[in-house]
Amino acid sequence: MADEPTIWISGRLVEKIRAHGAETYPHECCGALLGRDSGVVAGSDPNKDALNAEREILELLPLVNRRDDSPHNRFSVTADDVRAAEKAAREHGLDVVGWYHSHPDHPARPSQYDRDHAWPWYSYIIVSVQKGAPQDMTSWRLTDNREGFSPEGIEIRHRAAV
Amino acid sequence: MPVKVMIPSPLRSYAGKRDSAEFNVRTVGEALGRLTTEFADLRKHLFTEDGKLRSFVNVYVNDEDIRYLAKENTPTKDGDTISIIPSIAGGVEGYNRHCERGEEPLFGFLDAAAS
Ligand SMILES: [Zn+2]
Repeated sequence: MADEPTIWISGRLVEKIRAHGAETYPHECCGALLGRDSGVVAGSDPNKDALNAEREILELLPLVNRRDDSPHNRFSVTADDVRAAEKAAREHGLDVVGWYHSHPDHPARPSQYDRDHAWPWYSYIIVSVQKGAPQDMTSWRLTDNREGFSPEGIEIRHRAAV
Repeated sequence: MPVKVMIPSPLRSYAGKRDSAEFNVRTVGEALGRLTTEFADLRKHLFTEDGKLRSFVNVYVNDEDIRYLAKENTPTKDGDTISIIPSIAGGVEGYNRHCERGEEPLFGFLDAAAS
């Protein structure tokens, strides 16, 4: 675990992501992960490696799937909605630190399409939904060279309300 | 007064953790060129190998999408703000069911989650 980045999230939010995936099955769900990353906190050590920064997911922003006319099952979030998510996050004193989506009847591993469209730094949580029932949940970060994703640990944190 | 380029959070670790940079330039393309010269690691996240802006990279000049202006030739004037805004996409390939727009309201869970 020393080198693998880890995100912290509450069990309540994990259940919400799983429920969103079940609710939109057989279609994909998607949403924003709002939280804090010690690497972007003002005054934090600028020499600290961003990948070793502590990241905590504190809220979710479920989004409507604004799919275009692709024949494949995909999700997209427009720049306007990204801006709206950032604004909502700021109102709660948080940042958009990643995105979640479901893979209906597919494993919780990023697809090639996911990789081709990914941004660095964000956490990408994927929940597999098999026959309507949520299964594995994983989290990933795009590598600096855009050639793949590295897995992130997901740690369930029990904590008082913020 | 130069042109200010706002750097989105996913790219700040490639830009010395800065959230903006200022350049004396005349077009959006020049500003992006200066930005990716100063911070070379940004380049592959903004541009494809043949030098085109990636499809999920949206660039605005004072809230106007440059796709509806003159794209990278869009002229800038002193005091303009150029914003780089992500759009997000993903999905499973080879999977032929259509994804309908959902009924749930945008941001529907937020207030419930915050309480
Ligand atoms: Zn995916």
